[in-house]
Amino acid sequence: MSEGIGAPVKRKEDKRFLTGSGRYTDDIQMENQAYAAFVRSPHAHAMVKGIDKSAAEAMPGVLAVLDGKQLTGDGIGNIICGWAITSKDGSPMNMGAWSALATDKTRYVGDAVVAVIAETKAQAREAAEAVVVDYDELPVAATIGAAVAGDAPQIHDNAPGNVIYDWEIGEKDPTDAALAGAAHVTEMDLTNNRLSPNAMEPRAAITKYDAAEDHYTLYTTSQNPHVARLVLSAFYQVAPEHKLRVIAPDVGGGFGSKIYIYPEEIVCLWAAMKTKRSIKWTADRTEAFLTDAHGRDHVTNAKMGFDADGNIVGFKVSTKANFGAYMSLFSSAVPTYLYATLLSGTYNIPNIYCEVLALYTNTVPIDAYRGAGRPEASYLVERMMETAARELGRDPADLRRQNFVREFPHQTPVIMNYDSGDFEGNLNQAMEAADWNGFDARKAESAARGKLRGIGMACYIEACGIAPSAAVGSLGAGVGLWESAEVRVNPVGSIEILTGSHSHGQGHETTFAQVVADRFGVPLDSIQIVHGDTDKVQFGMGTYGSRSGPVGMSAIAKALDKVEIKVKKIGAHLLEEPEENIVIEDGQVKATGTNKALGWHEIGLAAYTAHNLPADMEPGLKEGAFYDPLNFTFPMGCFICEVEIDPDTGKTEILKFVASDDFGVIINPMIVEGQVHGGIAQGVGQALLEEVVYNEDGQQLSASYMDYTMPRADDVPNYDVLHHNTKCTTNPLGIKGCGEAGAIGSPPAVINAITNAIGNNDLSMPATPSKVWALIHSARMAAE
Amino acid sequence: MSTVSMTVNGKVVASVVEDRTLLVDFIREHLRLTGTHVGCDTSQCGACVVHVNGKAMKSCTMLAAAADGADVTTIEGVANGDLHPMQKAFNDNHGLQCGFCTPGMIMSGIDMVNRYKAEGKTLDEAAIRAELEGNICRCTGYHNIVKSIQQAAGEM
Amino acid sequence: MQSTTYHKASSAADAAAKLAGAEDGTLLAGGQTLIPTMKQRLAAPTDLVDISGIEEMRTIDARPPTVTIGAAVTHAEVAASAEIRAVCPSICDLASHIGDPAVRHRGTIGGSVANNDPAADYPAAMLALNATIKTNKREIAADEFFQGMFTTALDEGEIITSISFDVPEKGAYAKFPNPASRYAMCGVFVAQGGGGVRVAVTGAGDDGVYRNADMETALASNFSADALDGVTVSADGMLSDLHGDAAYRANLVKVMAKRAVAAAG
Repeated sequence: MSEGIGAPVKRKEDKRFLTGSGRYTDDIQMENQAYAAFVRSPHAHAMVKGIDKSAAEAMPGVLAVLDGKQLTGDGIGNIICGWAITSKDGSPMNMGAWSALATDKTRYVGDAVVAVIAETKAQAREAAEAVVVDYDELPVAATIGAAVAGDAPQIHDNAPGNVIYDWEIGEKDPTDAALAGAAHVTEMDLTNNRLSPNAMEPRAAITKYDAAEDHYTLYTTSQNPHVARLVLSAFYQVAPEHKLRVIAPDVGGGFGSKIYIYPEEIVCLWAAMKTKRSIKWTADRTEAFLTDAHGRDHVTNAKMGFDADGNIVGFKVSTKANFGAYMSLFSSAVPTYLYATLLSGTYNIPNIYCEVLALYTNTVPIDAYRGAGRPEASYLVERMMETAARELGRDPADLRRQNFVREFPHQTPVIMNYDSGDFEGNLNQAMEAADWNGFDARKAESAARGKLRGIGMACYIEACGIAPSAAVGSLGAGVGLWESAEVRVNPVGSIEILTGSHSHGQGHETTFAQVVADRFGVPLDSIQIVHGDTDKVQFGMGTYGSRSGPVGMSAIAKALDKVEIKVKKIGAHLLEEPEENIVIEDGQVKATGTNKALGWHEIGLAAYTAHNLPADMEPGLKEGAFYDPLNFTFPMGCFICEVEIDPDTGKTEILKFVASDDFGVIINPMIVEGQVHGGIAQGVGQALLEEVVYNEDGQQLSASYMDYTMPRADDVPNYDVLHHNTKCTTNPLGIKGCGEAGAIGSPPAVINAITNAIGNNDLSMPATPSKVWALIHSARMAAE
Repeated sequence: MSTVSMTVNGKVVASVVEDRTLLVDFIREHLRLTGTHVGCDTSQCGACVVHVNGKAMKSCTMLAAAADGADVTTIEGVANGDLHPMQKAFNDNHGLQCGFCTPGMIMSGIDMVNRYKAEGKTLDEAAIRAELEGNICRCTGYHNIVKSIQQAAGEM
Repeated sequence: MQSTTYHKASSAADAAAKLAGAEDGTLLAGGQTLIPTMKQRLAAPTDLVDISGIEEMRTIDARPPTVTIGAAVTHAEVAASAEIRAVCPSICDLASHIGDPAVRHRGTIGGSVANNDPAADYPAAMLALNATIKTNKREIAADEFFQGMFTTALDEGEIITSISFDVPEKGAYAKFPNPASRYAMCGVFVAQGGGGVRVAVTGAGDDGVYRNADMETALASNFSADALDGVTVSADGMLSDLHGDAAYRANLVKVMAKRAVAAAG
């Protein structure tokens, strides 16, 4: 089956992107369109004492100048976090109020205060500059350290000490006892650097209000249009759910940042109603840095205990997580259930305890960014393992090997139940591809040229296929995390798949069609994937957490099961053969043991003409399914990175990067490899290049590409991407998911390689040339 | 306001625009050719690259007025027939994911192949990576973009 | 960007006249710095006088002993000039690493020199090559021209028409780019010619391009990378930012200088 599961089919959706015919939100022009511009707080923490809109209102083209009091006065609700986390002491999390336009106080630089609506983009922007906001500046806490300091300012009144929650997982006393009795304890303080997602398409929204129908339309850069509609209607009361259509057309990358519903969409919908105009807003890159949810930003102390033989006996972790100024939609789940539940890594660890202190700061809200919690866990576990191996004088591969989980299912002490995997198989394959054993010779060759060479590995595991609804509900999630699909077989036999997943680069229009082609043997060209429009597609949960394969495609598979049953019934009836003898292959419905067959299109026609269907069968051929996963899925793998460092400049060059992954069943290896490439580049970015930096006043020093280092083509190598797959046992297609793995496994592999090269483990991300040089230089000075 | 006239994708166009109008806004808003994108404010991302008189330029860093009389090619105008070899190579090698940076990548790719051919130089992997300094992609990790340009270089 | 009025100049004289007639006018060459600055609303000239198409400013003359490059010649044109490469390849190599290919197609040598960005590449070459900056009014020696970051000897309304320098015996530029912006975090141009050895540093100093006298002295007697081993570069006066502190930049000055000398041969 050349177009089915496992085939490296070229993407169906490419042509429109290649020819400039893609349709992104900012490409759309509405009739009667006006533009929004936002007045944003220049201060990280300030009281809003007054707003003088008169000059702006008098400017040409200005239609409305809207503030937070008007917004709340019209009943627009606060932005919420949809996952309730309970503290150690049983108290609920302290969620501070977040109005889409600040009413009394601003809490980060970029916090929206006023929206100006005008005829042109330039008029809106110029009028926004004419709005005079009278601020009373307050002391600022821009970092985790500042937020927990004794004299820290109080950012939200209902969060004393800026604490959102103080959460724990695992067993504290047994873990303490295990560490106390350990033959060796490795302890590290590690920081997971703050990142900006930087999808290349900036966020945008266009809204329309139809007064006659009291109906709203929102075009937006969303990974999950139905979730956006639900939240906008149920919580923000912007529009009733049945009177709001949300369309996420072509979306230029998301990486998590486009999951959330931001103030701008809320304000543009509300402003469309108020002005009776279509409203367009498109972020520029500076606004993206100032307002798109950031990722990571953890400070952690960790202790890992080993017995005399090198077996891990306990792992204790204490993490402080920065949340920024407000709780974004899924923020609370990231440093808890998406992080601490992965602290067992690929290892047998009998005792784990983790506590997480969630903190407000006067910075952009932080939420899920590619990997979301799992990169933080992977970085921690794999740096600990590497460090432990060095301290114990053990080969880092052997120490990992010794502690690998080998029997499945495996219950960790932190909720997760691993269903499958061959951890050692991936390790071996990666080491062979990386020529691990030949490293010493290569290091000597580099040394002869005055260069420092290093090699490092990371054996990551992550949890995807997010997520079993009842399980996450019991952990505080406000939504179920199933997915939906509808399969429509048309009268001519062509097939439309309506999916709640959303593609913003993942290639669903190809891979989802492959699942259908594989099942029925129909040509890929006869299958159309429909997504991203709440008026067309049944409710769905969208794309994040590497869930479109394991959950979204499982929903399609489930709907296909139903179609298959009906097709076989129709086939049996028309061919006058017993149903159990009917098979569907190569686009035909056949009776085994006979030469009787019907073309696929004949079944469609029969279903819709309904002239000759089995008794009691309804006409038509359309089936829907909701798939709720039984378990998380557990992609895992081994990444090996080899670097060469110029000791004079501290610059790191990645010479080789090998990724050996277990993704379960792969639908399209070309697309899966592309996902791994992109994930690794983001992980290399985190390890070497990227960091959002704030000064103590809460001003972002890295708010453009002049200072935020995006990985470029010459920063990254070619990647060797390999697979050693074991089938996922808990979903119908055996898929584990691949979207985030690259970003999860690569940072520790890169850092372990650099610390190996320079012989200094005191390295934080990003390992910039200046930072690496300083370590090399200080060692040289100490030696002299 | 000035009348700006230029040839875009072989067609003569003219429009009265504010002098401050950027070439990219002229292309996107006035001509409604929306394949050319804007991904940053500081001339680094390259989503806006077009060809002006046969050379790759960042249309976000140039006034429309400065392109008066010029011959401009955008992503919509590169194919002579179905797909340009560079476009085909991106499809063959999975050189795009979300597609947002892709028009700029293709315009830069064509430009670098043309220059290297004209100068008789070899466009190897290292050269492609260096030449892509002004084009940022967040999805692909560049691996398949480099492969795509390598393929097209052999076919153009 | 704020409203502005665009003028296309046909000659340097025409540009000067148009500039004189403007309330708060600015010259627009390639615009690769000016346009982004205007987009960020950090500059809002009432008038832009476009000098990029002035033919008299688009010529290259590299007949020894002097190389003259018109102010409106683009970085790509300098990088690709066989004429210049034959006598002074170092400046072609420098030009080939400014910005990115699209920027090089539009950015001009005159614009770069006039802007005197503290992290720009050309100022280091001008200073090291002891270039002469020719304007519509006079000729200015590089040593007088560069007066600290974003500051030059240019008067109001004065227009650079070309730059010229004598072909050096040896010369090379070594640059360590800022990882994010790719501007020079430190760039060192070393040249040996009739006037002796000159070493100019860009990107590192806290007040723009400057010459390093200690290195010039060391190299005057022994033009080799080893000759710089004994030279100490102080962190005082070095830029410090999120990409690297003063000590790191001081280190880069020495490392890049040694590499430039080695490359110059």
